[in-house]
Amino acid sequence: MVTTVTSLGRSGLSDWMIQRVSAFVMTAYLVFIVAYLMTTPDLTYTQWAALHSTLPMRMFSLLTILSIAAHAWIGMWCVLTDYITVRLIGPKATALRIFFQLGMMAVTLLYVVWAIDILWGI
Amino acid sequence: MLDVSIYRYNPEVDQEPYMQDFKIDTEGKDIMVLDVLEKLKAEDPTLVFRRSCREGVCGSDGMNISGKNGLACVTPLSEAVKNNKLVIRPLPGLPVIRDLVIDMSQFYAQYEKIQPYMINNTPAPAIERLQSPEERAKLDGLYECILCACCSTACPSFWWNPDKFIGPSGLLQAYRFLADSRDTATEQRLANLDDPFSVFRCHGIMNCVQVCPKGLNPTKAIGHIRNMLIRSAT
Repeated sequence: MVTTVTSLGRSGLSDWMIQRVSAFVMTAYLVFIVAYLMTTPDLTYTQWAALHSTLPMRMFSLLTILSIAAHAWIGMWCVLTDYITVRLIGPKATALRIFFQLGMMAVTLLYVVWAIDILWGI
Repeated sequence: MLDVSIYRYNPEVDQEPYMQDFKIDTEGKDIMVLDVLEKLKAEDPTLVFRRSCREGVCGSDGMNISGKNGLACVTPLSEAVKNNKLVIRPLPGLPVIRDLVIDMSQFYAQYEKIQPYMINNTPAPAIERLQSPEERAKLDGLYECILCACCSTACPSFWWNPDKFIGPSGLLQAYRFLADSRDTATEQRLANLDDPFSVFRCHGIMNCVQVCPKGLNPTKAIGHIRNMLIRSAT
């Protein structure tokens, strides 16, 4: 058992499930948006704003944003723990990895807050 | 004449590793890579590599043969030679001790972690613990692993985290005991694997399956472990 405190779900299984579920949500959102754009060729701003001002659409968009955030967190955490390690780049790696991990978390959370602001500001 | 290029490194003499070129007459025969190494060793006794059974059973002579990990004793030249050239390097990802000999301590440390032995604290029956043919069949494709390390050293996840990721070989063995009807430590074994590294660093790229000289499928075993974790934890 390897202990980790910076992974999203703390357990490998939890991270794995979040990764799969979030991928499904992102795919569903992508399919929906592409289908909507293809079936609405003469899209106007009014229509687009109307679509995104309904509560179900806002919830779907928010769910997708949270999925992207979780997916990115887990993915970036994997990349950072693969390549920024003491084994590969020496003793400074731990401080550097924590710096990048905290930076990645901060940026991800800021994007989520910003996205909520945009969604509910329409 | 076959061109052979071999990774050489003797830390007592060499500043850094280098590739040494040889020419060898195979008399047009499709001999095994190990036979080529034996011929070269007769010419140059300083060449060092591990070998023992010479028939794919002991797992000693795992090495990187023309870019693909495999056992030298069961890899014929017809599979390994490209453009009349044979390139032999040690298994990648683990420290080189000398020439083609690597330090496998990290590989064995991961193997040790999965407790590769039967755990059953119930009183032993008079003769033996019985299994039905169906229960025994679950161990096929698992018990055959010879720990040659070809799979784990072909795995990028193991290259980056050999101290944390168990690796395909260890995980195949882990499932061999998880799947054994006579073992009673399933819960404890699963609990030891549910972290983001031990099992879940496997991203399913299947290098292990591609190189296994025994034709085993560690990725499938890892999938079974994941399913067991899902069943026990949800």
